Amino acid sequence: MSNLFNWNPDRSKYPLMKEDGSLDVDLSSQKFTKLWVGPNHPGVTGNMAVEITVSGDEIVHAKTHVGYLHRGFEKLIERRLFIQGFPTCIRMCVAEPDYNEYLLSKSIEDLSGIEIPEMAEWLRTLVLEMARLQSLLRTVPGQGGTFSLGLGVQWGMYLRDLILDRFEELTGGRIYHMYILPGGVRGLLPDGFKERLEENLQLIDEFIIKIKKLMFDNAVFKKRAIGVGVIKKEWVDQFGIVGPNARSVGISRDIRKDYSYLKYQELDFEPPTATDGDIFARSTVRYRELIQTVDLIRQIMAKMPEKGDIKSPTPNVLHWKIPKGETYTRSESSRGEYGMYYVTDGSDKPRRINLRGPSYNHAMTLLEHMLVNANISDVHAIMVSLQTCPPEIER
Amino acid sequence: MGKLKDILSPFTAWGGVIKDPVTIKNPIGRPAAPRYRGFHKNEVDVCIGCGSCEAICENEAIDLVPVEGIKAKDGDSGLRPMVDYGRCCWCALCVDVCTTGSLTLSDEYTWVSENADEFRYIPGLDKKDWDKNENGWKKPEPNYEFYSLDRVKMPELHAQERGQSFIEFITGYSKQQAELEADRCVECGICTSACPAHMGIPEYIKAIRNNDLEEGLRILYETNPLPEICGRICTHKCESVCTMGHKGDPISIRWLKRYIADQNPSEKYKEILNAENLVDNGKKIAIIGAGPAGLSTAYYLKLMGYQCTIFEKLPEAGGMMRYGIPEYRLPYDQIDKDVNYILSLGVEIKYNVNIGTDITLEDLGKDFDAVFAGTGLHLGRSTRVPGSDNKNVYFATDLLREISLGQEVPLTEKIVVIGGGNVAMDITRSLARLQNIKYGKVDILATCLESEDIMPADREEVVEAREELAIVDPGWGPKEIETENEKIKGLHVVKCLSVFDENKAFNPKFDEENKKFFVADMIVESIGQGMDLSYLSDEFKENLRFSNRGRIEVDDYFQSGIDWLFVGGDIIQGSDVIHGIANGHKAAIGIDNFLMKK
Repeated sequence: MSNLFNWNPDRSKYPLMKEDGSLDVDLSSQKFTKLWVGPNHPGVTGNMAVEITVSGDEIVHAKTHVGYLHRGFEKLIERRLFIQGFPTCIRMCVAEPDYNEYLLSKSIEDLSGIEIPEMAEWLRTLVLEMARLQSLLRTVPGQGGTFSLGLGVQWGMYLRDLILDRFEELTGGRIYHMYILPGGVRGLLPDGFKERLEENLQLIDEFIIKIKKLMFDNAVFKKRAIGVGVIKKEWVDQFGIVGPNARSVGISRDIRKDYSYLKYQELDFEPPTATDGDIFARSTVRYRELIQTVDLIRQIMAKMPEKGDIKSPTPNVLHWKIPKGETYTRSESSRGEYGMYYVTDGSDKPRRINLRGPSYNHAMTLLEHMLVNANISDVHAIMVSLQTCPPEIER
Repeated sequence: MGKLKDILSPFTAWGGVIKDPVTIKNPIGRPAAPRYRGFHKNEVDVCIGCGSCEAICENEAIDLVPVEGIKAKDGDSGLRPMVDYGRCCWCALCVDVCTTGSLTLSDEYTWVSENADEFRYIPGLDKKDWDKNENGWKKPEPNYEFYSLDRVKMPELHAQERGQSFIEFITGYSKQQAELEADRCVECGICTSACPAHMGIPEYIKAIRNNDLEEGLRILYETNPLPEICGRICTHKCESVCTMGHKGDPISIRWLKRYIADQNPSEKYKEILNAENLVDNGKKIAIIGAGPAGLSTAYYLKLMGYQCTIFEKLPEAGGMMRYGIPEYRLPYDQIDKDVNYILSLGVEIKYNVNIGTDITLEDLGKDFDAVFAGTGLHLGRSTRVPGSDNKNVYFATDLLREISLGQEVPLTEKIVVIGGGNVAMDITRSLARLQNIKYGKVDILATCLESEDIMPADREEVVEAREELAIVDPGWGPKEIETENEKIKGLHVVKCLSVFDENKAFNPKFDEENKKFFVADMIVESIGQGMDLSYLSDEFKENLRFSNRGRIEVDDYFQSGIDWLFVGGDIIQGSDVIHGIANGHKAAIGIDNFLMKK
């Protein structure tokens, strides 16, 4: 039993990677097998495939394949008016569309020198935290799901649905909110919104206790998660690891603190961290972030004004031209730093936009590295623990 | 113990078996939230088919299509949006940008049909179950606009300052102001169809936004060779139908036109308009009257290669624009700028020539290949109430002409003007200025049959007249001018209850009990203008067709019953500069067609 929770097997038995990065694997030797995990696999977090080479049940090489989901959103936005970008950009990450809206709007506002009203800032902060909440309600129990613990996922999905109800009330849409637009937001809180959201938050409070008992105080979960998929501290800068993945190795990186935006300076919070860097540590960080997000939403609702302007005047959106310039805007999504590089050339369309999504580093380079010497049954767990969102890799 | 807890605690989840599944608590099929972005609705009677929804749709899911079954109204393109749900993403930008507020989304979100074509439909006309749904996405209120609803205020001199002289009091937009105002346009083009000359209004407004004023001038001259003049005094029918006027102020189209013309120096006109080497086809056209219609005809005929000679009765060109509109609204140097450009192309004007006495129309018909007559409405009309034959009762048109000619104008300390149109306001404000200069005070009153809300004068004219201390007292019918020893004592009026009858015919009704007396020692009548067709001999009159109202009947290209005689301008369409310009342009095409066939 003493070994049960400190199980850290030696996975370095197959040092088959040559110095130049090529793999010395002879498939005809019958010692190795090539397998595809995904793209259509229930355990994969989207249309993404991992090509793995296994020896027995241990992975000796992994290669991420993307391209199944490419829709060219960056180029689509570059061919549309500034206002037309915001209903398009949300699809770059379906799980948390609001960060896309925020970054696009903020970029346009920065480049045209527009300041948004205070009420709109509060509403944006609220919506971004609600987006984080609904994302975490799926991700936190979702980690259990990768170990076949499906019950927590169902609880989480129900509560996420309640938050989507609130989004529907506030924004008119459940998934694609299209609420944050250049210049402000598209509506005040409906009557009774705060009370209904508070009722939902109380249910989430109960969920927080229940999921701890179900998942984090669970011997099986611990056995599968502790010591598996470890991120080393030196990898953080090497691979550009951000967000909870970086915080799980003790590096407190959070755009909300480091480059505070919207109303985060007026909110009292400290990003949670852990030190072990394994799946369990990352799950714990996200779990504590879930608790913190509920608290942040309560703080926002208490501090935000009741009424106020929701939008600053903008030029006529049908022929809005923005002077030549470029900007990089960033925000802290539930997966980490989510940034947008936005270039304008004085015309009525953006010259170039580029989304900096955390999944690109996490799922393309880091995952390939982490999977070497991992057990085949841990592929999905590791992928989910990095909170990969393939749509955001392929804009 | 901790490890035992890790084995036991997951079993707490068994507590859930005694609870109902959440899908029972929240069954599928509930109504959507009040703000839900569901299927489209459109109030087709309110919609004007401006096409802003089509322009903003990022998926090209909306097409403006011609429809049947709607009642055409002024300022309506006759098109309505058709939505394609194979493309729509329900972002509701179309709702937020809608200039009339007719387009909304319902809260309905399920629609099943085996026929895929059904999902392309015209909201409001193709009846749907959700047409009556109250809930659904509407444009957020207030202070949520995709464009500015307020027009950029035109800088002008203060009433006290402008009332002392005939100096132009509208000072014109700066570059920044013009670009801000031009930015408001949604390029629907409804103005173009309302403009008699069908000017490319959205295009020249776009040229202002692009700061390409030379291109703007080229667009202006395509349909209007008098932009400086029209930019100041046009009756702006375009602004009356401007789609921005539904929720806010219409765009200052007239002032934007003036901005383009003002900013282009006259010496560069020829180069900008590429009019340096015009061809000459050897044919000669005579034009009677150097007013808007005559100048416009001459300009477009000259571009086609004709030699044009204009015969003008008065000493300078411009017609009613110079001799009917006061200088403070339309300075003479601006008329000269437009006229001189037309003259620089080779058009000739013979001044002080009276057709009928100096040269006859027959002679013109013989000497020239075709003749265009745009002789205008220069005669005044009398109310014919008792006392109106007094020598101190004047016609506004006569006084305005005398002011323009620099002649001494009769003036007294107490004046009453009868009339509620723009000409009445012009004479009121002109005489008020003269009173100010001569007596240091204003004592002039304008009265008319129409009540304040249906006064034919432009609203700003009435407001500005009052700012300049003239009294405007509408809603009274003149009854009698009281005189004593040939001197005017004043005007008796009775309350006018209505001006038009049920058939919209002029048939004023009065309340004879409700009387008023306006003290005055001079009265000016300004109740309309008449035409002087004395240059037409009896022989001509026999060959021409006349309408019931005494106007010469012409075809679509202003050709009269005598094939070489074209007639246009105020004598055909009533007094209006832009109509005159449009007539002139069309008559030029008509003359060209006529002579090409000959």
